Amino acid sequence: MTAIFERVKTALGPEMAGPGLAFVAVVLVFGLASPQFLSAATFGSVAFQLPELGLLTLAMLLPILTGGLNLAITFTANIAGLTVAWVLRENGGVDAGVGIFIVGSLLALMVGAASGVVMGLVIAFTRAHPILVSLSMMIFLRGLGEFLTRGGDISGFPAFMGPIGHGSIAGIPVPLIVFIVCVLGWHVLLGRTKLGFNTYMIGSNLEATRYSGINTRKAIVLVYTLSGVMCAIAGIIMLARFNSVRIGHGESYLLITVLACFLGGVNPFGGFGRVIPVFVALVVLQLLSSGLNLIGANQHLATAVWGILLVGVMILRWVASKIRISIIRKGS
Amino acid sequence: MHQATSATVGEKPLLSLRNINMTFGGVKALKNVSFEVRPGEVHCLAGENGCGKSTLIKVVTGVYRPADGAVIEYDGETYAHMSPVTAQDRGIKVIWQDLALFPEMSVAENIAFHEVVGRRPRLVDYGRMQRIATDALGRLGVSLDVDLPLKEYAIAQRQIVAIARALVGEAKLVFMDEPTASLTQSETDHLLDIVRNLSASGVAVVFVSHRLAEVLEISSRITVLRDGALVGVFPAAGMTQSRITELMTGKTFDQHVRARPKDDQPVVLDVRGLTRPGQFEDISLTVRRGETVGITGLLGAGRTELALALFGMLKPASGRISIEGKEVRFTSNRDAIKAGVAYLSEDRLSLGLIQPQSIADNLVIASLRKILSGGLLSDDRKRGLVSRWIADLGVRIGRQADAISTLSGGNQQRVAIAKWLATDPKILILDCPTVGVDVGARAGIFDIVAKLAESGLAIILISDEVPEVYFNADRVLHMAQGRIVGSYDPRQARLEDIEAAVYA
Repeated sequence: MTAIFERVKTALGPEMAGPGLAFVAVVLVFGLASPQFLSAATFGSVAFQLPELGLLTLAMLLPILTGGLNLAITFTANIAGLTVAWVLRENGGVDAGVGIFIVGSLLALMVGAASGVVMGLVIAFTRAHPILVSLSMMIFLRGLGEFLTRGGDISGFPAFMGPIGHGSIAGIPVPLIVFIVCVLGWHVLLGRTKLGFNTYMIGSNLEATRYSGINTRKAIVLVYTLSGVMCAIAGIIMLARFNSVRIGHGESYLLITVLACFLGGVNPFGGFGRVIPVFVALVVLQLLSSGLNLIGANQHLATAVWGILLVGVMILRWVASKIRISIIRKGS
Repeated sequence: MHQATSATVGEKPLLSLRNINMTFGGVKALKNVSFEVRPGEVHCLAGENGCGKSTLIKVVTGVYRPADGAVIEYDGETYAHMSPVTAQDRGIKVIWQDLALFPEMSVAENIAFHEVVGRRPRLVDYGRMQRIATDALGRLGVSLDVDLPLKEYAIAQRQIVAIARALVGEAKLVFMDEPTASLTQSETDHLLDIVRNLSASGVAVVFVSHRLAEVLEISSRITVLRDGALVGVFPAAGMTQSRITELMTGKTFDQHVRARPKDDQPVVLDVRGLTRPGQFEDISLTVRRGETVGITGLLGAGRTELALALFGMLKPASGRISIEGKEVRFTSNRDAIKAGVAYLSEDRLSLGLIQPQSIADNLVIASLRKILSGGLLSDDRKRGLVSRWIADLGVRIGRQADAISTLSGGNQQRVAIAKWLATDPKILILDCPTVGVDVGARAGIFDIVAKLAESGLAIILISDEVPEVYFNADRVLHMAQGRIVGSYDPRQARLEDIEAAVYA
């Protein structure tokens, strides 16, 4: 029994403790507070809301693991969304075919990648701070987007796009399927590929990684490129869900993605953090806001409670580390 | 040669510790230790890392409170424990190894810091700070521009600033923790002169260093600690380095010249006229299969730069490098690794290993392709590779997933060597492989080096400690100001002669 427990523990890693506990706490508290909480309706609302924030968080995760940050995620996503909208509009608007949508989406992925490549190149070669570089990219993309859309919404897309945002396959919402595929992709990337390995190493010590014969520049460019591609996927899902694009969509998600990473046990200075705990942390955040909704709390209050939860987790983590140290001291 | 400084035998001690016990968790860091310093003496505290030297200093300076029963007599008064404020006020000063200085602030601010901060008047009197600083430096016979920010000065001057700061106010007893660790020989000589002057002016100095030659040169008595217990107090006169090492480690080491002729072996590395202006000039050398070539010289002689050029991380301006007869040009260290060159960095903490990451990841980082299985990294292959190397090099670890920083210096260095051996190198460059490694563990590192050479690896061994290359290399090259200025065969040359040439 303990052996199984140990195996599970090592498989999940120490990062799992925080979000795992938070998950149990949220389910218990709301489960007791509201009988409707543990229902298909809650699952449905979480399942549809999770992917947007989730995909953007995945886009944020990679740069954070290298010790950087990508502040341009939401605007990259919307610029990618705009790309799809533009391709659709130029090719028939509401009457455009599926093929046009696919072409638009591929183009959007390339736009997202381009945003990442530029940031990655600048960060890797000039060693400028990722916050500054991605902030510049963020401002550039916002300005560009506002210029192109005159600050308004672009809408009027073909009807077949609705299911991408709202449909379900075998009872599972399509956006959730996309998100889970991306989570698994990132899980394999970080755990099993050279790039993933290098990402962690760079996050802990870039120079020592370079001295070990790793092409750190290439790795950094790839990390930001993949981050941009993930933004584009988020942008396409957002486009389908809202049935419109606006350059400011999801702007408030930006810092929440950072916090979701930290809640998921990612080291803010890079080098440590896993995808699955971050996924659980995202679920916790969504459950929390759905639960608050159910007991009749204001939507804005939910955001405030997220903040309190994160501070609470930081304090708990500190307490846990103190206890662990005193146990080690007594033990030896 | 071994001049003892002024202390008179039989004089009443300035500091006397008895019954010092210190326990952290379940670990006894100090076991019934006693320690004594006479006024104006230079006393050395010797022992391996983790033997309790730092703990003892922290007891004297009031950072730690020893277990009940401790007696601390200092300058006529008896204490059950010190407090940091009392220690400071009564003239006990410490210069820690990291110096604890403020690089952005001026020399004057650094020196007069304690006199000015937290005292009345609250306003800072820059004139007074300058006077305090100039005074303190004057006592050391040094003149520096006290208005310049400290970062403008090299490490040797910073050391002096730290000493000057300790002398501000009343100083009767000064602890110096590894003060010469980052100094060149001439800078060290200067520092030792300063210590002699301090001692002559009546300040007692407790000197902590693992460079045993200077310990013998400067101190009158040596207190040796091992595993938190006192081994004994010995007069420096009549001591030898090997005797101190034996006392520190409890083991005997017989050092012998390992050099063997390798002239019949094929040349693996051939360097001709390699030049990078300002760093190294016209370097020509060959390393044969199974041969260990030692390169020694002072810090800044261009040793590390040469190594980095051979490792593809610095581009030489002219000259050529050939490996097994084929000329090579590296655009990055990846090319060098592919060509069979491995470089163990002198800076294990920030360049050699990735300290927060695991033992396993540090070991496989340079040879990831070996643990690929179907294009993905395989945990099983990783575990197997790591276990093999851990066993091969006798590394003592807990779990493979533990952070490398949890290992001792000697064990970390073994992992670092394993990391490079896993790349199947033909040429292994070891840049100061024993920095931060205990005396006891050093022999183990060199045993590994000898075994590697035997297995046919061509090795370049860089060290600023001449005896290391003398005893462990087949040939010794002396580098100075970017050039190779001497070549010695340890079987014919005498160690003293090489040392005289290098440290001249």
